[in-house]
Amino acid sequence: MTPRVIDPRSTANAKLTVTEHTDVLVVGAGPAGLAAAIAAAAHGMSVVLVDENPIPPETMGDDVPLHFGQRMSGAVRNRTAMTEAMLASEPALADAMEAGVDIRLGTIVWGLYANGPSVGWLPGKVAGLSDGETSWMLGFTAAIVATGRRDMGLAFPGWELPGVMGATAAERLATRYGALDARRAVILGSSAEALLAAVAVCRAGVQVTAVVEQAAAPIGPAALLDELAAAGVPILTRHVIVSAEGGTDGVTGAALMRLDEDGGRIAASATTMECDTIVLGIGAVPVIELLDAIGCRSVFSPARGGHVPVTDASQMTSLPGIYAVGDCAGVWAVKSTGRAVAEAEGRRAAAHVAQAAQPAHGLDEAPAEPLVDLSAYRLAWVRSAVVDAMPAPGGAEAHVCQCEEVTAREILEVRPPRYLGWPQPLRNSADLSALLGNGPPNADQVKRLTRAGMGLCQGRRCREQVAALLALGAGVGLGEVPLATFRAPVRPLALGLAGSLPESPEMAEHWDVWFGIPGQVATPWELKAAQQP
Amino acid sequence: MTGIATDDTAMPTGASVVIVGGGATGLSAGWWLARAGVDVLVIDKGIVAWEASGRNGGGCTHGFSPLFAEEQRLWPQMDELLGYPTEFSAGRIRIAMDPVQWADAHRMVQNGERYGFRTETLDPAQLRELVPLAGEAHGAYWHHFGGHANPHRTVQGYAWAMQDHGGRVLQHTTVLGFEVSGGRVTGVETDRGRLGCDHLVLAAGPQTGKLAAMLGVRVPVVAARAEMIVTEPLPLMPVGGADGNGLYGRQTMRGNLAYGGGPHEWLDDCADNEGMGVPPRSSTPLMGNIAAHLVEMFPRARHARILRSWAGVIENTPDGRPVIDRLDDPANVVVATLSSIGFGLSPASGHAVQELVTDGVCRFADLSTLRLSRFDGLEDDWIAQRGWQASPSRSLANPPAG
Repeated sequence: MTPRVIDPRSTANAKLTVTEHTDVLVVGAGPAGLAAAIAAAAHGMSVVLVDENPIPPETMGDDVPLHFGQRMSGAVRNRTAMTEAMLASEPALADAMEAGVDIRLGTIVWGLYANGPSVGWLPGKVAGLSDGETSWMLGFTAAIVATGRRDMGLAFPGWELPGVMGATAAERLATRYGALDARRAVILGSSAEALLAAVAVCRAGVQVTAVVEQAAAPIGPAALLDELAAAGVPILTRHVIVSAEGGTDGVTGAALMRLDEDGGRIAASATTMECDTIVLGIGAVPVIELLDAIGCRSVFSPARGGHVPVTDASQMTSLPGIYAVGDCAGVWAVKSTGRAVAEAEGRRAAAHVAQAAQPAHGLDEAPAEPLVDLSAYRLAWVRSAVVDAMPAPGGAEAHVCQCEEVTAREILEVRPPRYLGWPQPLRNSADLSALLGNGPPNADQVKRLTRAGMGLCQGRRCREQVAALLALGAGVGLGEVPLATFRAPVRPLALGLAGSLPESPEMAEHWDVWFGIPGQVATPWELKAAQQP
Repeated sequence: MTGIATDDTAMPTGASVVIVGGGATGLSAGWWLARAGVDVLVIDKGIVAWEASGRNGGGCTHGFSPLFAEEQRLWPQMDELLGYPTEFSAGRIRIAMDPVQWADAHRMVQNGERYGFRTETLDPAQLRELVPLAGEAHGAYWHHFGGHANPHRTVQGYAWAMQDHGGRVLQHTTVLGFEVSGGRVTGVETDRGRLGCDHLVLAAGPQTGKLAAMLGVRVPVVAARAEMIVTEPLPLMPVGGADGNGLYGRQTMRGNLAYGGGPHEWLDDCADNEGMGVPPRSSTPLMGNIAAHLVEMFPRARHARILRSWAGVIENTPDGRPVIDRLDDPANVVVATLSSIGFGLSPASGHAVQELVTDGVCRFADLSTLRLSRFDGLEDDWIAQRGWQASPSRSLANPPAG
């Protein structure tokens, strides 16, 4: 038998430099990730725990990875102070160090990679890491992803102003950093996570003017509602935000309207609440970026807060050795209001990695049937705050995608971006209905045609809204619209940083712009000349 | 399983021409046929403009192809012909970082000259003015021909323009077999029913070989995966169509740097996973190597942040050249695989397919170097001979949803 021929320009000749190796990589040092890391170390495994906090202020300014809305105080510029604030606010970090966990703060995981249906050249499962100075690859046997949650955006007029921020971001700044720069806040939404953010900012000394809810009744737990009532915070149900008032210096007020029983706006009810901060709490979304990009299967689960990875009883995803724990595996009220469920998930994953006995169940660890229809709830917010705003002042111009400046109408009509100067109206009727054809609307297709979601925040502020608009446009539920896909790097990564990964001499020698097949670039006259005797 | 029907359009029963494959080649062919007044239906197992056709470098400068003259004739008119924006932008700059790259770049100069197209050699000051992100280069050519376009926008434009001319698209439809009678294909069996046809076009990229095999015809192709990256938008350079240093790509009209190059990964039969719920879109840490080559060429872009990396699956024939041919048996079948260089040539390849269907011969170009018969004596182990086998380390551990 002749020896196997290798195409030197293919990945068969590529070698990846893997700088370090660990048994278990844990991504995210929240309650779930810390519990997983401590348990894995206790099982005798080597553990690297990576967390991107403290996040550089420039990154926060781009609303990455959370919608910080420029409400971080100057304190975030002091990296040492922020690290100390983190350690003080999370005692389990010290426990993890004590347990021998190798903790890397201020470090991002920009990608997880494994061989799969179309990849076979990797030396094993690897993660791409960067600390802002350089990038490197870390090999691992198992990854436990505990990347938490973020906030669904809502494109009412003025939502791009400084001071409009996500509930998770507000809570992070208030509790983990002690660096929330706000005085008076209006909270949109009444889910457990919205109410928890309200409580957290109250405790940080912010006056919460109101919790605004488009539904007929608040949807969060009674205990949190009672706590806010005791603090004198009114809950305005059947109300919607009409616009954020203010200017480049930030929000100065929230214009609100009452809604009738069908969700229609009652114009005569317009009022403005003075505030400098508007907190988006209409949807706490599991952060599945790394898991989606590596190819873990996901589903839309109303009980788990949206699109989540499919996990088994030990928190393993559809990919062996890749686990999801904490909020990224599902957000629901009982999990959000304490640490126990998230920590139990972390420990279950660690036990499975260690092939140890599963810890005993001490609590109800699965979500109950949700009390509200998540799809209907989020669609109602987008309909009343975004779609119904389109005829109102400023509504037609509001950008659903802030990075690429794409409006709701441009998304629904699948218009080419304005910078092309394409004449409007189009000669032809090439709108969403012409795209739909024989399947559900595809968010990636709409993304590429309108550019919504292609900007610097990597679609974190608009992804769920675009899906909601497509669902409303097609008359289907959120679960029928696949979310636009995530891709590595899941954090914006400078070319110079990514380019610090070494290139093997074999790759350098045979690097080719394309396949390097000689006949591919042979001209007709060269081919004919070669055929002459 | 089929897609969820969201409109009231009845399932078609057939068309004069059925095209299998809604990528750049198939949709361009559909558009050319529809504007010639032919009743045409394009079917795709997923959604149109989805795979490699919509995620490539967007280059429109293929001086080695027999379709080059037609490619160059058509691109400047495509916005107007389609009625949809393609983001076509004329001209290319090729940057060479060393003498080997410089010699290689000279081939395109010669190819252009043969057709009467002009190329300028740029001095360092001119290069800096036209491509401000570039650094010290060994040399640079400015081709006053060719260009680049937005692949996804263009390919979707073919689909819309075809529909405007009465053509139809059927997505989420998988071919199960063909009905052959009297030496002609008379029907296409799909998972959504039978589609009658007078003519059949196979333009299904990596699937073309499997589909042709259902007709007893060998079209030798093998699939591969290639990767690209895109950065955040940067200020527009006077000439965005600048590449080199082992990379292909462009600065988009929005300002993003979109580039690819370097190692490809050979695959065997997994290219159809996307239609089955498992995405072969996986990119790998090659992102870093592409970034390093880009920073070498554009040192002033070193702080530009990568926002996405992705992969596309493309096919190659044994000699890397397209097959665009009308079969002898069945006699009403045209096969078109562009062998991994399909997007830029698509205005011309669609035109060629249209003429092969309606006239039996391509009148505007000599396609004799693209005939299928050149592979008649091909050995069975041609893939192994070339080292084009898939890695045994690929894992199918993520089976499609049931």
